[in-house]
Amino acid sequence: MIEVKDLTKIYNSGEIETRALDGVSFKIKKGEFVAIIGPSGSGKSTLMHILGALDSPTSGEYILNSINVKDMGEDELAGIRNKEIGFVFQAYNLLARNSSVKNVSLPMMYAEIPKKERYEKAVEALKIVGLSDKHNNAPNELSGGQKQRVAIARALSMNPSILLADEPTGNLPTRQSDEIMDIFDDLNKKGHTVIVITHENEIAARAKRVITLVDGKILSDKKGKHERIEHAID
Amino acid sequence: MQLIELFEESISVLKTNRLRTGLSALGIIIGIASVIALMTLGQASQQSVTEKVQSLGANLLTVSPGSQNSSPHGFLRTSSNGGTTLSYDDAEAIAESQRITTIDKVAAVYTSNAQASYGANNDNIQISGVSENYFELRNIELMLGRLITKQDDLLVQKNLVISSSVAEDLLEGVTNPVGEIIRLNGNAFTVVGVTESTSGFGQSSDVIYTPLTTAQNVLFGVNHVSSIYVGAIDENLMEEAENQLGFLLLELHGIETPDDADFSISSQGDILETVGEVTQTFTALLTGIAAISLIVGGIGIMNIMLVTVTERTREIGIRKALGAKRKVIITQFLIESVLLTIVGGFMGVILGLGISTLLTNMMSLPNTISIISIGIAVAVSCVIGIVFGIYPAQKASKLQPIEALRYE
Repeated sequence: MIEVKDLTKIYNSGEIETRALDGVSFKIKKGEFVAIIGPSGSGKSTLMHILGALDSPTSGEYILNSINVKDMGEDELAGIRNKEIGFVFQAYNLLARNSSVKNVSLPMMYAEIPKKERYEKAVEALKIVGLSDKHNNAPNELSGGQKQRVAIARALSMNPSILLADEPTGNLPTRQSDEIMDIFDDLNKKGHTVIVITHENEIAARAKRVITLVDGKILSDKKGKHERIEHAID
Repeated sequence: MQLIELFEESISVLKTNRLRTGLSALGIIIGIASVIALMTLGQASQQSVTEKVQSLGANLLTVSPGSQNSSPHGFLRTSSNGGTTLSYDDAEAIAESQRITTIDKVAAVYTSNAQASYGANNDNIQISGVSENYFELRNIELMLGRLITKQDDLLVQKNLVISSSVAEDLLEGVTNPVGEIIRLNGNAFTVVGVTESTSGFGQSSDVIYTPLTTAQNVLFGVNHVSSIYVGAIDENLMEEAENQLGFLLLELHGIETPDDADFSISSQGDILETVGEVTQTFTALLTGIAAISLIVGGIGIMNIMLVTVTERTREIGIRKALGAKRKVIITQFLIESVLLTIVGGFMGVILGLGISTLLTNMMSLPNTISIISIGIAVAVSCVIGIVFGIYPAQKASKLQPIEALRYE
């Protein structure tokens, strides 16, 4: 369902040409749980921006649900972000003035879903992430882990093809990190495709597949230690 | 698009930054208030002038010496001493002509100034030498004694009628001025009557009336008159009366074409029109100046919206990442700026109405609140919101989501 072919992204700042991505190709099937891991400067953020339809590659193809995203206009990309991709950011990126329910409803508002239906779906999504009692709280009344759960609920609200998480636990203490990753595990078990971008091996270890990026190229693409870790917990 | 929700969102944003909202709306408030106040004031003074001019008599025609095109006195050709082309004979010929069917009363007047003294009091006062019908044509009411009669005029009597303000100033302390002697340029005159003081348009309130022949022969030694006043039978026959009068005078003066006329005829309607034009020009000018402050206010709105967009770069990034299209972002910021200006506009209307009520009361002008100007003000503030909001809104919508999300 996701296919990238020979993705290249070149940034030009003055005379210096930076190859952030250099011929990256892979396929991700529906229902996979993939971690993309790499040190800073490896191109994983750039890759995440392209996968998230926030940016376009310099060359190469990106096919999402048999839609070629590469040559889309700004508004079409907005549509893709709205319907096909659920974003979870490291910094949560909730709107400070809005309650949990309103934050979760936001993508549905942009999809022009009627208000009542939006509310019902938002409540449902908050229930999935275990925040049924925090509907009307503003972000500053929530802990980091709770904020990230609101963000996950928001990402789920449009029932997207991919959940794309960029360092989702980067700002959280270990305990809350584990809880967030448990939610991703659960969602994956329910059939959601999850892509987590991280630089932490422990987080990557929870995925079923780990793609390692170095200097804009794929260094390795192998099955994760998921099963083994589960055994370890047992 | 979910317009209502975008509205709610904007209201909550504006409420969060109360001080900023208030200050940026202030520019619009002041602009709209001054436009409304000045427009109302302009209308009020126009109305007041109209009322005054109309009180002079709506069916009055004024014949002045000098041609229509080269009047040295500009637009207002009321009694002037500029020309010598009209005579008392003209006035009498008009009164006696069989061909003139639309006119019922004629009066001639010669106006100049003379030194008037009574006892120790001394003043330079406007003297109007008038024929019998003058008072009736100009709606001047008698208060005491009698008016100037035809007899006075025929016999070149040294009688005079004074306006009540002259009676109060020059004859200060005299209970009944009738019978008192006033000296004009050294000649002794007897007061025979007192009229009310008229302070209308183009009239002085301090006036001493003498018979026309007396003014011409005894006081000033002239043969011409300053103006001839003609009353038409009916207000609706003004144009016809003007034509009949004009052609008769052309004939009397031996002039062939109206273009060469050595006199001019104006009606109250003409004066009203001119005065109306003048007040309109002034109102437009003042309103224009007020409109500049409105533009300055608009620039203030633009400035604050640009700041808002910069401050909320990250929020815009989030919204775009979640699928907001450019149109939605533009609409959201436009609604915010329009809300700001409309709120400012409404408050400006209230303030403007307050100011104009205060000013018209102080100047004892009629207070006319025009609904149209309120409507225009609100529409204008809405337009300002759009015009000055569109650039910041577009700027917001053009932000790249990745860049915007990186913004701290």
